[in-house]
Amino acid sequence: MGQYEKFEFDVLVVGAGGAGLRAAIEAAASGVSVGLICKSLLGKAHTVMAEGGMAAAIGNVDDRDNWQVHFADTMRGGQYLNNHRMAQLHAQEAPDRVRELEEWGAIFDRTRDGRILQRNFGGHKFPRLAHVGDRTGLELIRTLQDHGIHQGIEVHMEHTVSSLIKDGDRVVGALAYDRERGRFKLFSAKAVILATGGTGRAFKITSNSWEYTGDGHSLAYNAGADLIDMECIQFHPTGMVWPLSVRGILVTEGVRGEGGILRNSEGRRFMFDDIPDLYKHQTADNVEEGWRYTQGDKEARRPPELLTRDHVARCIMREVRDGRGSPHGGVYLDIAWIKERMANAEEHIRRKLPSMYHQFKQLANVDITAEAMEVGPTTHYTMGGIKVDAESQMSAVPGLFACGECAAGLHGANRLGGNSLSDLVVFGKRAGEYAARFAAENGHGGIDDSLVEELSRQALAPLERESGEQPYAIQAELQEHMQDLVGIVRREDEMLRALEIITGLKERADNASVPGNREYNPGWHTAVDLQSLLTVSQAIALSAIERKESRGGHFRDDYPDKDPGHFAKVNVRVRKGADGNMEVDQLPIPPIPGDLQQIIDTESR
Amino acid sequence: MNEARFQIWRGTGDKGHFDEHVARIDEGMVVLDAVHQIQAEQAPDLACRWNCKAGKCGSCSAEINGVPKLMCMTRLDQLDLTKPVTVEPMKAFPHIRDLVVDVSWNYRAKMKVRKFKPRPPDAADGTWRMDQKDVDRVQEFRKCIECFLCQDVCHVLREHDKHEEFVGPRLMVYTAALEMHPLDVEDRRGDLKHEHGIGFCNITKCCTNVCPEGITITDNAIIPLKERVVDKFYDPLGKLLSIFSSADVSTGSKP
Repeated sequence: MGQYEKFEFDVLVVGAGGAGLRAAIEAAASGVSVGLICKSLLGKAHTVMAEGGMAAAIGNVDDRDNWQVHFADTMRGGQYLNNHRMAQLHAQEAPDRVRELEEWGAIFDRTRDGRILQRNFGGHKFPRLAHVGDRTGLELIRTLQDHGIHQGIEVHMEHTVSSLIKDGDRVVGALAYDRERGRFKLFSAKAVILATGGTGRAFKITSNSWEYTGDGHSLAYNAGADLIDMECIQFHPTGMVWPLSVRGILVTEGVRGEGGILRNSEGRRFMFDDIPDLYKHQTADNVEEGWRYTQGDKEARRPPELLTRDHVARCIMREVRDGRGSPHGGVYLDIAWIKERMANAEEHIRRKLPSMYHQFKQLANVDITAEAMEVGPTTHYTMGGIKVDAESQMSAVPGLFACGECAAGLHGANRLGGNSLSDLVVFGKRAGEYAARFAAENGHGGIDDSLVEELSRQALAPLERESGEQPYAIQAELQEHMQDLVGIVRREDEMLRALEIITGLKERADNASVPGNREYNPGWHTAVDLQSLLTVSQAIALSAIERKESRGGHFRDDYPDKDPGHFAKVNVRVRKGADGNMEVDQLPIPPIPGDLQQIIDTESR
Repeated sequence: MNEARFQIWRGTGDKGHFDEHVARIDEGMVVLDAVHQIQAEQAPDLACRWNCKAGKCGSCSAEINGVPKLMCMTRLDQLDLTKPVTVEPMKAFPHIRDLVVDVSWNYRAKMKVRKFKPRPPDAADGTWRMDQKDVDRVQEFRKCIECFLCQDVCHVLREHDKHEEFVGPRLMVYTAALEMHPLDVEDRRGDLKHEHGIGFCNITKCCTNVCPEGITITDNAIIPLKERVVDKFYDPLGKLLSIFSSADVSTGSKP
């Protein structure tokens, strides 16, 4: 006890998915020293799971596309809770970030004339997603990894940050332990960037891995930063539902982009039955037009399967609830049907969706070129997160930056598919750049040894306790209750019950005990992560109670409609009160400048 | 309720033993599900790596009944459950604990491969043009999820411990992706011969057989690289030309 190694960097990046890697590369390029901490091995972060592509208005497939349309699509998809400046920067800068990846060795699929190919995706007016089959995330993270390892960045793999360290108001470092030996390491840094991803492990059915326990959200919250839009969780409409062991694993939206259709047990394409007014003018009202759209007909409007994820997920829930679901509680997603329209359909499917083909064949004994898949909603993405400045990505706490999924603002109430990979590199770069600048203007802070000792003692407590409950059981209970009570369909009374349950689980987590020692002990890691998971679960439930309407990923049975008045104009904020308790309130959304409003209005016509 | 027996390697460093556990079996379960169940209910400190549980991140590599596989993609209904299923860590790397091994050597070895070096953009818009068919060839290699199962099974590393002299199949695939990249202008053939030990590979194809991504490692990556090395160092015509030419013709352009 009381022993720890010390490291010093100008900029410390926590998280090595697409956002963290891009931030580290940018900071290192500006000449500052950079440390990069990742919870898993380098290159294994959740970015590898991104399948469909990376949205950028490069206009290679449809030259009518430009940043203005991408901006308007993002705002409409986010139901206008978005930070308009972030949506603008994202749409403007994504094309350069895509080209830069190509410069660094990424190889996207090509158009006939040899340029980067783009595919259709939900909520995007034009084919916009640069992609590599259905493994675009792997291409992105590997490109950044292989480029990044030559930039002088010091990587600490398989480390978990347990606390941020402050000097006065400013964040000046982080305390972490290494998984292998359980040794504590103190990282002193002039600026810290959080790029820790999402909170999907708070729910039972999820496409997220064990890492996605909201560590960055929780670290920032405890350091005094604001969290906003935490009620906005994206339930991706198409996760695998059977066999049970693979429930929740993602089925890319690319399946629908390539012409895949949703059917209920009666064989009906139910998505035609409910097209929201906001999207009526952009959506095909017949099968023929929808098919033409997926095959690149610029005159056709997109099929309703490519409506935004929040809407598609709710339509699937409705079919299942009303008894028109598949045998295992989902609906059918059919890509095999395209053989009615296409000569070489089987080969085409295998080439366009290779990892989906592989995944279903191997895990579910389903040949997607011949039969339909069973799919249902799965927890996928956290739109909410750390509130940051649009330009610099700095939080309310000086020296603390956030980018990627753990930051909030770009996606509003619902993220469009494909906007995540571009988010990572656009705002990863910005965070790296501004953190390096902050580091150049500020020195190292003072770090109190006794505080560090106290924090490491707290982290070790589950190992020290002689008796107590296993953290796995507490985590499983939390996931079960969050799924049932704060999931896709929410009600006030149920969420209040969830809050009570979370309070009880917190007490139990504070007394959890794990056997064994510090060396690569997943029981201990689960106990540490559980604290973050409980914090974000409370933030999600509190925020969801606060927003008394339905919007985007947040759907309330007791307030099923959108409130065009009050709630259209506020973000819900959570922060740590002076008494240490979690507080929730509302922040007015800043007005959209005239020129941007005009773009939105033009595009809505 | 169906059950199956598992013998899981427990221990630290060179010391270890099999622990037998019984797990409940549901339809469609994979080995990783059983390991998680045992971890949650019987052995909370059982160490294993995993992330995506969908065969995309390459974290949960292990040896199942002696065969290198991803735990998340190995279905129990494909195994003989009348006998205990053995689950062991990969053997070609230093053991840390239980199912976890030290794979950091792979990351260090990768640093030795010269990085991507594109030719200057040559399209009017300041980017490049590439044909899908040229891209397809490289995309096969870029599917690699770095699970290191090919490294684990390679006898040059596993039996002969040549980690300092041979970078192994994974990094041959990595090098092939760079060498055959339509834009790359770097020449790694000297490194392949001298530093990376391509000559150690005697094409037994063990790596290809275990690749969970189905990459044809030996035929499509290593053999073409061997041919390129031969062209550079042993082609008499090329050698002659290089003597008479100030620019080294045989290395100046790539096939």
